[in-house]
Amino acid sequence: MTHLTYIIAAYGLFVVVAVWFSATAWARMARARRRLAAIDPRASR
Amino acid sequence: MDARTALAPPAKSPVPGGRNLHRFANPGRFLRLSGKVLPWFSAAGLVLTLIGLGWGLFFAPADWQQGDAVRIMYVHVPFAWLASAGYVGLALCSLASLVWRHPLADLAAQEIGPVGAGATALCLATGSLWGKPMWGAWWVWDARLTSVLVLFFLYLGHVALVRAFDDPARGARAGAILALVGAVDLPIIKFSVNWWNTLHQPATITLTGAPTMYLGMLWPLFIAALGLTLGFVAVILARTRAAVMERRIRALLLAQAQREQVLPRQVGA
Repeated sequence: MTHLTYIIAAYGLFVVVAVWFSATAWARMARARRRLAAIDPRASR
Repeated sequence: MDARTALAPPAKSPVPGGRNLHRFANPGRFLRLSGKVLPWFSAAGLVLTLIGLGWGLFFAPADWQQGDAVRIMYVHVPFAWLASAGYVGLALCSLASLVWRHPLADLAAQEIGPVGAGATALCLATGSLWGKPMWGAWWVWDARLTSVLVLFFLYLGHVALVRAFDDPARGARAGAILALVGAVDLPIIKFSVNWWNTLHQPATITLTGAPTMYLGMLWPLFIAALGLTLGFVAVILARTRAAVMERRIRALLLAQAQREQVLPRQVGA
């Protein structure tokens, strides 16, 4: 495969950014759900 | 924000057309609906992205001129589309916020900003990694590249502006105006390769003409683009759900604090 370094760098960068955005979004959602359930179990439904 | 306004159903829109939009403005309804579609969007996005990128990386043919460097296209092109599409979403949310006072539009716009900035940064970075072996330069001040860089700054400006005010409503309004003014960059990005002499190639896939790309490359590109679009939407939905819940938490805590303030006064009286 030619230009392997550039290809690995491009795909690697994509994986890092995609995982970071997904993980932070899910973690934030889970944290908010937990806090909401703790404050008002009725509102979290 | 007042606790009552945060949890109250949205006010009737003074502008025609706003009523239909407001049906989806109820935070509870949004949480229920997004909760149902989010796992499907996430799973389909992940599977399609893996298929599209795996196909593009390992099974699609190399380009006769560019060699294997063309495989960068399978991440670069979808993110170029998503950078512009995300901004269209941001501008539409801003319009809904300014015209119809749609209560969820502000939150959605606030959450699209960072994700759109990430997509644009990825588009620029992967383009640079593709440009170096093909053009011999990491960056050129070409009309397409420069207009996408302007888009990246518009996203960053929006992210900074909505957080720059103590009053979130004022921040959202300022951000909405910036987003609408910045939308002028979208046709410039689209037509830059036609209007100016650019190093960046013109569009290979258009709505009016047949694609000038081999089908064995086009299919993985479309599948990857579809998967990444679903993933992009899923991340924005997840962030918006979190933002809705955080707003509820603030409103509930505020209501609790107000009750605690009123109660001692009543007891004292």
